[in-house]
Formats: sequence, C-alpha cells, structure tokens
Amino acid sequence: MKELTLPLKEADLKSLHAGDAVLLSGTIYTARDCAHKRLFELLDADMPLPFDLKGAFIYYAGPCPAPAGKAVGSCGPTTSARMNSFAPRLLDLGLGGMIGKGEMSEEVRAAIARNGSVYFAAIGGAGALYGNAVKKSEVVAFADLLSEAVRRFEIEKFPLIVAIDPEGHSIYDRKN
Amino acid sequence: MRIIRTEEIGRCADRLARKAAYTLTDSCRTALEESVKRETGAARYALETALENEAVAKREHMPVCQDTGYAVVLLELGQDVRLEGPPLREAIDAGIRRAYEPLRKSICDPLTRKNTGDNTPAYLHIDLVEGEHVRVTFLPKGFGSENMSRLFMLTPAEGREGILRAVVETVRLAGSRPCPPVVVGVGIGSTFDGCALLAKKALTREVGSHHAREDVAAIEEEALARINALGIGPQGFGGEVTALAVQCEIAPTHIAGLPVAVNIQCHCVRSAEEVL
Repeated sequence: MKELTLPLKEADLKSLHAGDAVLLSGTIYTARDCAHKRLFELLDADMPLPFDLKGAFIYYAGPCPAPAGKAVGSCGPTTSARMNSFAPRLLDLGLGGMIGKGEMSEEVRAAIARNGSVYFAAIGGAGALYGNAVKKSEVVAFADLLSEAVRRFEIEKFPLIVAIDPEGHSIYDRKN
Repeated sequence: MRIIRTEEIGRCADRLARKAAYTLTDSCRTALEESVKRETGAARYALETALENEAVAKREHMPVCQDTGYAVVLLELGQDVRLEGPPLREAIDAGIRRAYEPLRKSICDPLTRKNTGDNTPAYLHIDLVEGEHVRVTFLPKGFGSENMSRLFMLTPAEGREGILRAVVETVRLAGSRPCPPVVVGVGIGSTFDGCALLAKKALTREVGSHHAREDVAAIEEEALARINALGIGPQGFGGEVTALAVQCEIAPTHIAGLPVAVNIQCHCVRSAEEVL
C-alpha cells in the first residue's frame, strides 16, 4: 500500500487517484463545525489563524478524552458535508487538503481541482483505530470547545482512501 | 409492590453506557462479517477496517467510535414498582455523567452551541407497563446518522408503496454521509412524534431481526433489497451492502394519516440492556 508523509510533494499529489488506499503520516490539524465558524470569524476580521494554512491538512474530527498513556482517545472522522460551506475558501487560501468521511459538494470538488489539493476519506466508525494512530496531540486553539477544539496531531499510518483526487475525480460518483 | 431506588437505575444507566461504548452488538458484528464477503476493493477495505477497529477498541480499551452519542435511555417501568430516592431524571443523569467521564461530551445548547460539559441530559423515555420490573435500554446515538433521518406524513392512499419509497429515498439522499452500511429503523403509524419513537425503538432490536407480523417483515425485506440496489455501498465507496438491515415497528394510526419515520443508524451499532 502507498505510504505518504506530510507535507505532500508535487509528485505525491500527482500519484493520487480517487479510490487509492494510502497510509498517511505527519502533522494534521483537527477542526469541525464550531472550530470552522471561529476560523472564519478570524479570517473575516483579518486576524491570524492558529495555524498556517499553507499545505496544511484539516481532519474533520473531535476525539474522546485521552486514556492514560495515549495521546488521544478514539478519534475517527466526522461527516465532511457539514463543512461544505467552509472548505472552498480555505482551499483557495492554500489548505493542502482535508480528511473526513462521506461526499462533499460540487463546490468543494471544484476548489480541490482548482488548487490541486486532495480530500481523503477515513473509515467512519473506526475511532479506536485512528485514535491509536495519533502519536502526539496538542490543543492549539479554542480549548473551550472541548472535543471541538483545534488540535495538532502527529499521526502514524492513518489508513485512508483518496476520495477526491487533485484532478477532481471523486470516489462518490455514481449514477442512481 | 416492589421498591426500587432511583440511584440503582442511575447506576444501571452508567453500567450500560460504559458497556455500549466499547463494543459492537453481536448481531452487528455478525452482519458486518457476512457483508465483507459480498464486497471488493475500497468497500471491502472499509468493512475490514471497521472489524479491525473493534479489535483495536477491545485491545486498547478505547470507545469503538469517538461519537459516543446522545445518551438515549428507554425505560420500561412496571406499574407495581415504587420508586424511592432522588428524582429519576436526576439519578439517570448522574449515571450518564459518570459513564461519560472517559467518553466524548457531545451535547450542547442548540442556539449558543455551548457544550453542557458532561453529556447530560440523557434523552429519557418511559413506558409504563404491567409488572414490577424496570427494563433499561441504552443506545448511544451518533449524530452523523441521526442527521440523515426523516419523517413523512403520508396519505393513506400512498400506502405500502409510499412507505417503501420514503424509506429508500431517505437512504438514497443520505448517501455516503451516515457511515453506511446503515441500519434503518422505521416507525409506521401512531402520531407525528409517536412514529419517530417507534423508529428509535426499532434500532434497539437485534440487527437483522424481523418483525413478528408477516406483512411488516415483508416490508423490511423489500425495503432492504431496494436499498441495496442503490449501490451506495460501505462508506459510500460503491458496493452491494448499503444497509445491514431494515427494522420496522408499527402502531395504529388515524384514519386520515400514515406517519412514517426513518431513523438512520450507522454501522457501529452499540446498545445494551438490563432488567432490574
């Protein structure tokens, strides 16, 4: 299986096709509903974001509390479609891509193709497996949001499927 | 007459919530294992990962899914039971509060979105029944799937075919979002709110179990076949298994109506039950 380490290089991105399975390692940031709302308030106010968007990956997720000896508790993906209205602007500002679950809108697909970024699908419901693959976790913003805070994760071999590739091809395309 | 302390019911809710978070139900695991054989490629990989995840959850003592849910507590309260102790609602919330210390707190104010911080209040429904027992059923309901649920006030003329269309259309519109393969709880009849509760109760049955009424079981089977012809597949990656089961509950309704509620449950079915 293809193994990739963040940040992704041009050649890495070119090699990705919708449906490919990859194991991803490196640094990612969690953000879901409320965190996105706060990030947009900062952008609208021309204030700095808690992390550099350039080439960064956002993981749509909110973990369980960390048990003793673990960086984080269970932490699988949440439904990406709820972030449809946020993703295009972040991608246009340089976001490298997203990790989540389920289809995203045509606007998101267009933004991915426009920017040559990528959307990975994690396997929904596999919270223990993903939580166990997070080796370090640190809250970097919005601690009051508890599980929804923005966290910096060091991940090791996250099992993912390329859901929308840099050319905009989607694994969710189907006719019914 | 039997006296039961409300704290005992609260401790029971605590036990059930802890148990449910860390394991799939046996019937769910069996359904997933059987589904693996029907899939290939990314869809098969998704199902294999879901099963591997449960093994990791067990080994590492981590919740199966990080969405440890809205705490749905369904009580069957025998009318010959006399409750003593603190108010029942407080006792149950105290149990849920304890159980969720190591679990995710997912409950917030709907307007301010401020988290309640301890996953309370539980969703509590009580049915008064004959006898002197208390049956406690706990369902940690994830919201990725809850969000995809729908309610239809059909006309009597729409009938059986209308019910089937409503169920299949709900799953089709949900697509890849609710973590398919889903379990579909369907409430047929009763009132606007009553059919939603029937749908929720249907989700507490064993995955793949059929309703005792033949005509209802036939709807379950036909809806499942139509859903699995949609091709959405595990995680929406395309495939044969979009739903593991369709489970219907039914109750009399008004001559003017045909309420149908479709409550979607992800492939991570966790529930637990105890009789006190």
